[in-house]
Amino acid sequence: MSVLVRIPTPLRSLTKGAAEVQGSGDTVGDIIQDLERQFPGLRDRLVDEGGDLRRFINIYVNEEDIRFLEGAKTTLKTGDSVSIVPAIAGGR
Amino acid sequence: MDRVKGLTCRECGRSYPSSPIHVCEFCFGPLEVDYDHGAMRARVSRARIEAGPRSIWRYADLLPVELTADGEPPVGQAAGFTPLVRARNLGEELGLEQLYIKNDSVCHPTWSFKDRVVSVAVAKAKEFGFDTVACASTGNLANSVAAHAAEAHLKAYVFIPTDLEQGKITATLVYDPVLVAVQGTYDEVNRLCSEVADKYRWAFVNINLRPYYGEGSKTVGYEIAEQLGWRAPAHVVVPCAGGALLTKIARAFHEMQDLGLIPAGRTKMYAAQALGCGPIVTMIKNDTDVLVPVKPNTIAKSLAIGNPADGYYAYRAAKDSGGYGEHATEDEIVECMQLLARTEGIFAETAGGVTVAATRRLIEAGRIPRDEPTVICITGSGLKTPDVLHDRLSVSVTIRPQLSVFDQALADLKSKGDIA
Repeated sequence: MSVLVRIPTPLRSLTKGAAEVQGSGDTVGDIIQDLERQFPGLRDRLVDEGGDLRRFINIYVNEEDIRFLEGAKTTLKTGDSVSIVPAIAGGR
Repeated sequence: MDRVKGLTCRECGRSYPSSPIHVCEFCFGPLEVDYDHGAMRARVSRARIEAGPRSIWRYADLLPVELTADGEPPVGQAAGFTPLVRARNLGEELGLEQLYIKNDSVCHPTWSFKDRVVSVAVAKAKEFGFDTVACASTGNLANSVAAHAAEAHLKAYVFIPTDLEQGKITATLVYDPVLVAVQGTYDEVNRLCSEVADKYRWAFVNINLRPYYGEGSKTVGYEIAEQLGWRAPAHVVVPCAGGALLTKIARAFHEMQDLGLIPAGRTKMYAAQALGCGPIVTMIKNDTDVLVPVKPNTIAKSLAIGNPADGYYAYRAAKDSGGYGEHATEDEIVECMQLLARTEGIFAETAGGVTVAATRRLIEAGRIPRDEPTVICITGSGLKTPDVLHDRLSVSVTIRPQLSVFDQALADLKSKGDIA
C-alpha cells in the first residue's frame, strides 16, 4: 500500500525539504517504519522511547485524528493520505 | 528588546531566536518567550504600572512587545483593563462571601478576552514584517483578528467552522477579512490551518505566533491582582477551551510574586468546561496527564475544542495549584447565563454560563470554601450568542397603547404569579 504522507516543517530537514513523501505499509505504524527506512532518524522524532507517539505530535488519516481510529494500528488503503501535524496550535 | 532573550522549548529547553515559530524542531514541544527576568525586575514597579494607560499596555514591561517612540502600543490601544466586579448578589446566591467577576465581556474592541492576545500577536506580526494575519477560530478570535487587522492595515484570513453563530459571523465580516467557512469542527479547522500555516507566509496568531499570542493572556492575571489591591486571590475559576488562559493566569501570579509586585501565596486554579466538550476537566478528575480528545457537542461553542493544545499544561496548572475542575451540563449553561444576568447585570456568552455553573458545583462539593476571595473569569459577551436564549425568553405581555389595558395586563401578570 502506498500513501501520501505530509511532512511538517520541523521534519523537512530529514526529508531533504520535501513537504510530501510516499510511504508504504498497511497501517500507520508500518508507515512510520517505512519512513524511518527512507529517512533515518524520523521515527525517533515521532515516537518516544516506549514506542508511543510523542505528546506533541498528532497524526491524521485523511481528515481523522488516529486517536479516534485505531491509533498506530489504523489500517490504510490506496489513495489515503497521512498528515503529521504538530499538536500545539489553536485557541478558539 | 533587552527583556526578551528569544524563545525556548517548554519541554526540552532548546533555545531559538525571536521569530514566528511555535514548536520545537526537535521534540515538537511548545515554544515560549524567554525573558531576562533581571532586566524585567530592574524596570517594573507598582508605581510604574499604576501610571500607565488603562489597558493591557500598562503591563508593557511584562510583554514581548515594543511600544512606539512616544509610548503608544502598535495596535489594540484600548484592549484590557476590564472591570473586576465585587459580585455581592451572585455571591449570596452561591454562598460565597468574597466573590469577584473579572468581566471581559466588555473588553475592547470586540467584547472578549481575545482582544488581549490578538493585540500582542498582531503587534508582533507587524514587527516581523508580515502583511497578512490569520487564525482558526470559533468566533471570538475571528472577531478580534479581523478588527485588529483593520486597525493595523493588514490583510486578514479567518477560518471558522460553518456552524458558527450568525452574530459571530457578522461581527467578523464587518471588518472585511477573507472569511473561510470550513465544513468541519473547530479541531478540523485548526488542523487545516496548521497545514496552511506551513505553506503560506502568513501570521497565524494562534499557530506560528502562538508563543507571543499566549503572553497576552497573562494580563488577565496581572489585572486581577492589581485590582484586588496587589494581591492574588485564593481561587480563580477559568473557562477552558485550548487551556492556555488558565495556564497563563497562573503564570501571571507567579511572575508577579517573583518580581515582588505581590506577596507570596498560593492561588488555586479551577478549570470550567461543558460536559459536551470537557477533555481538560476529565484529565483533572481522572488525575491523568493523558489527554483523550473528544468530538465536541455543546452550545458553548467558544469552548468547543476537543483536542486542546494546552490541555496538558492546564491540567498541570490546576493540579499543581491544588485546584480542580468541573463540567457544566447544557441546561446548567443556559440557566447560569440567566443567573449571572439576573444577579449582577452581566450578560455573558455561553462560556460564562459554563464558568458560573462549574463554580456552583465546586462550591457545593466543598472544593471552594465559602469565606475566601474567589474570582471567576467571564471571557465574552452574551450579545454574540443570544440564540441559545431565544426559546427560553419571551416578552412579558404585548398590549395596545392604553393605560387601562396596561392596568389590566399588570393585574393579570400579578394574579398569574409572573411578577411580585
